Amino acid sequence: MEIVYFPGCTLKTTALSLETSALSVAKALGLEIKELERWNCCGTVYSLATDDLMKQVASIRNLIYVQASGHREVMTLCSMCYNTLAQANIFVRKNKKYLEKINAFMEEEPDYKAEVEVKHFLTLLKELGAEKIREAVKNSLSGLKVACYYGCLLLRPKEVRIDDCERPRILEELMECLGAEPVYFPYQTECCGSYHTAVKPDIVARRVYQILNNAKENDADLIVTSCPLCFFNLKDRQRDIKKIYPDFKEIEVAYFTQIMAKALGV
Amino acid sequence: MRLKIKQNFEILKKIEEISGENVFACYQCGMCTAGCPMVSEMDILPNQVIRLLQIGATDEVINTRTVWICASCYTCGSRCPKGVNLAKLMEAVRLVILRDKNNDYMRPEVMVKEPLPQIALISALRKFTA
Amino acid sequence: MRIGVFVCHCGRNIAGTVDIKKVVEEISKSKDVVFCTDYIYLCSEPGQQTIKEKIKELELSHVIIAACTPALHGITFGRAVEEAGLNRYLLEIANIREQCSWVHQVCPEEATKKAIGLIKAALAKIRYAKPLKPIKVPLTKRVLVIGGGIAGIRAALDIAQGGIEVYLVEKSPSLGGHMAQLSETFPTLDCSACILTPLMVEAAHHKNIRLFTYAEVKKVEGVIGNFKVTIEKKPRYVIPEKCTGCGDCVDVCPVIVPNEFDQGLGARKAIYVPFPQAVPLVYTIDLEHCLNDQKLIVCEHCFKICGPKAVNFLMEPEEIEVEVGAIIVATGYELLPLENLSEYGGGEYEDVISSLDFERLASASGPTGGVIRRPSDGKIPKSVVFIQCAGSRDPEHGRPYCSKICCMYTAKHALTYKHLVPDGEAYVFYIDVRAAGKRYEEFVQRVMGEERAIYLRGKVSKVFRHNEKMVVLGVDTLSGRSVEIETDLVVVAPAIVPSKGAEKLAKLLKAPVDEFGFMSEIHPKLRPVESVSLGVYLAGAVQAPKDISESVAQASAAASKVLSFLSQKEATLEPIVAFVNKELCKGCGLCRRACPFKAITIIREGKKRYAKVEEALCQGCGVCMAICEEHAINVAGFTYEQLSAQIRTLLGIDDGEKTVKSGKI
Repeated sequence: MEIVYFPGCTLKTTALSLETSALSVAKALGLEIKELERWNCCGTVYSLATDDLMKQVASIRNLIYVQASGHREVMTLCSMCYNTLAQANIFVRKNKKYLEKINAFMEEEPDYKAEVEVKHFLTLLKELGAEKIREAVKNSLSGLKVACYYGCLLLRPKEVRIDDCERPRILEELMECLGAEPVYFPYQTECCGSYHTAVKPDIVARRVYQILNNAKENDADLIVTSCPLCFFNLKDRQRDIKKIYPDFKEIEVAYFTQIMAKALGV
Repeated sequence: MRLKIKQNFEILKKIEEISGENVFACYQCGMCTAGCPMVSEMDILPNQVIRLLQIGATDEVINTRTVWICASCYTCGSRCPKGVNLAKLMEAVRLVILRDKNNDYMRPEVMVKEPLPQIALISALRKFTA
Repeated sequence: MRIGVFVCHCGRNIAGTVDIKKVVEEISKSKDVVFCTDYIYLCSEPGQQTIKEKIKELELSHVIIAACTPALHGITFGRAVEEAGLNRYLLEIANIREQCSWVHQVCPEEATKKAIGLIKAALAKIRYAKPLKPIKVPLTKRVLVIGGGIAGIRAALDIAQGGIEVYLVEKSPSLGGHMAQLSETFPTLDCSACILTPLMVEAAHHKNIRLFTYAEVKKVEGVIGNFKVTIEKKPRYVIPEKCTGCGDCVDVCPVIVPNEFDQGLGARKAIYVPFPQAVPLVYTIDLEHCLNDQKLIVCEHCFKICGPKAVNFLMEPEEIEVEVGAIIVATGYELLPLENLSEYGGGEYEDVISSLDFERLASASGPTGGVIRRPSDGKIPKSVVFIQCAGSRDPEHGRPYCSKICCMYTAKHALTYKHLVPDGEAYVFYIDVRAAGKRYEEFVQRVMGEERAIYLRGKVSKVFRHNEKMVVLGVDTLSGRSVEIETDLVVVAPAIVPSKGAEKLAKLLKAPVDEFGFMSEIHPKLRPVESVSLGVYLAGAVQAPKDISESVAQASAAASKVLSFLSQKEATLEPIVAFVNKELCKGCGLCRRACPFKAITIIREGKKRYAKVEEALCQGCGVCMAICEEHAINVAGFTYEQLSAQIRTLLGIDDGEKTVKSGKI
């Protein structure tokens, strides 16, 4: 069955590795992924104001494109895109009069009927089933201690979460299918600092130091993540951490799809 | 000096309208502060933000660093036993400041000059500019 | 027919919306109304006097009172008219407050019209009213108490002292409930077992109490004054009369399982008593864990070693039917399982325990002999963090209520810990401290000021393990700091929830429960120990979370209610019961099948078949009336004639004066 896919801005440029690894993994698992023909930036962060409908337009326009393509579901790889699209979707579903206003504003596009479901790649993989993934593994990752970092936007708020927000298991179960050994570390759902990296990178450095240290104390060899911003904060800010804490030892960070690609031999 | 308690209903109403949250539902249990990942960087605590709004000291809230350090991670809102979404309240306070006289909190010039993922740039600009 | 109508102002409650003058004017014009007046507060002493005087003076045959809901003052007014010599079932109350003035405050004109309509409908109904006599049934002077905790024991003892026979049913093998698990009770720090066991023994040996332990209530039939209850005695596989409690069997039993009484922290054998002071001191075999669970004798160790030959693997459940006049429910509470509190690591880390677990650790007869030890490595913790309000005061997770006892018992735990480990650190995370009882506040202040437990005001957001220690992340809002504590043991105070099986029992008793499963009382202020289901009384935490003092007080209150009820010669039941018109009845049996109280039987007399209602069982619900196609069965006081007259008047079809023959309107 064909699944339509919304990449989002970052996956085509700075996070290209996330996209290529994900697409090849999907192919190896027999999932047909087709990119949306027309899409624009989703807006990155869901606007928390109930009175500013302008900020929802970008997300809704994307959902209209999905609707126009004839598909009922859209898959995203980036946690931020997932969260923004999913929350915008719920917002217009709860407030029909806002949906009417937005539809009226976008007079060129067809009206959005609020029937599209937004899904993250991890949910799709879970639905595929552990068996199928295990069968496709060519190089088992046994011996690899992986710390699964979820960040914020996959698990919060309650309405859009893909797993329990205190003790999620979805990434751990995936890693187990690949033969790796997931290690629990309590900071796996702590925020990395997100957009502060653009303005005050020292804040991010201090946050990420805590997170990475916690992972290392729990014997992790590698950290996997799903969000390009978390990836950047956890990986590229490690040199900023070294400026503040010179004793800090670096640790490898990867996208979960990169690990999957390695295990599936693609 | 004593805080002259006088309810500032104008701004409070605006904040409640923008956020859709009831400021007086909070019973100051502190769960939000206990779980906030950015609390060490803040000057007043997240639960104190609501407290000051409750007692009418909205001016003090507007002049803090705290609302700008918030990373909108929703940890507070997802744990609150009364269902008060503090992340939305923080956003509402930010918007009240930004919309008043069209103030930008941050201009693109002060952003770091290194390659960043787009989502970092866009989200920072969306959160911090009017 | 001489009808008198009294319209109440109820202060501004009715008069503020309804135009009373207009109402009186209109109603005075109605047929057969010889007198119509208004008064400011009819329920007051002078108000009632007025009614009584007018009944006598004008020889009124029927009375309408237009006032508040009959649920509030129905009995008051009924008594008043009877004192004036009128049968109370010739009084009809029109509710023009809750059903009119209170809900239509924005449209007074319409409210006035509606009030007139409601009174006219009441007039229509009362034309067909007949005087009724209360039903007297013999009273069974015995009581059933369900639940053998402190509340059940207290109630049973009080009733037994009053000379009435009591059946005390407890589902676990011993009396005692949760109080038996406690180490000390606040604020006196009495040893819990020391003050409880004498009561347990008294209850077991009292000549008026018949004890059924390891038994459950399976069926309840009947009404107040005459209940028929089926009790199922679960098989212990040990004959109670022969067992001497010597304990030889325990030594030879090969099966070891966690002991529920010790909250799973200690062990017992498959043949066991829950604790050494158990009453009755009779062993029980837990067949689920015994090696003979497939009903094949594989292991005979206990059987062989038992001197009095008390072990009997062939025992079957035994059903006993008892007849009682009243039932007291005292099934108590449970703690919310820790697995529901995942942010505190509940159910995942061994060193995160519940308050009852801590009680067992602190108890001298507990699994660690009264030494506080960490479940993970058995070491004595040098620092303990107590977390209050875990699961309570939490509307987001469905429990908005306060569990009442946790602030006090946490203070007690902090004190106990400090006494057992003098160089240890105790931290308590709280939102508020609720210490409202006698000497409770002084107790908490002692724990804070003298025992020096550190009270941090704020909640805990996360608990996790770090090497050998537990890390607790919380906040102290008073000093304005988010805090982190590395500790050895975390004790959580989970929310109080009703006992498992309480809801099922409530259904058997046809007693309502609230949205959290606690049984509902008639009125929380004025009638807190009576369930809405007549004849069923409540005592203890089954009604709402409460501590031992209050449970005992409620138990004695329930006992006194029962004793006063049973001191009458007969039980008086309201005559609002169904009656059958033999001529119209075809004996089809639809009503018998529909009756939820099994009050109807079909009688055969020669060629004639007809339904007969057992008045003592009938609760006047009216389902039979609704289902009867011949309109042969009616509920006295609410007959088909009366109700259709009311409806026709309300709809404006007529004045309700056409008599209705059976069948169609």
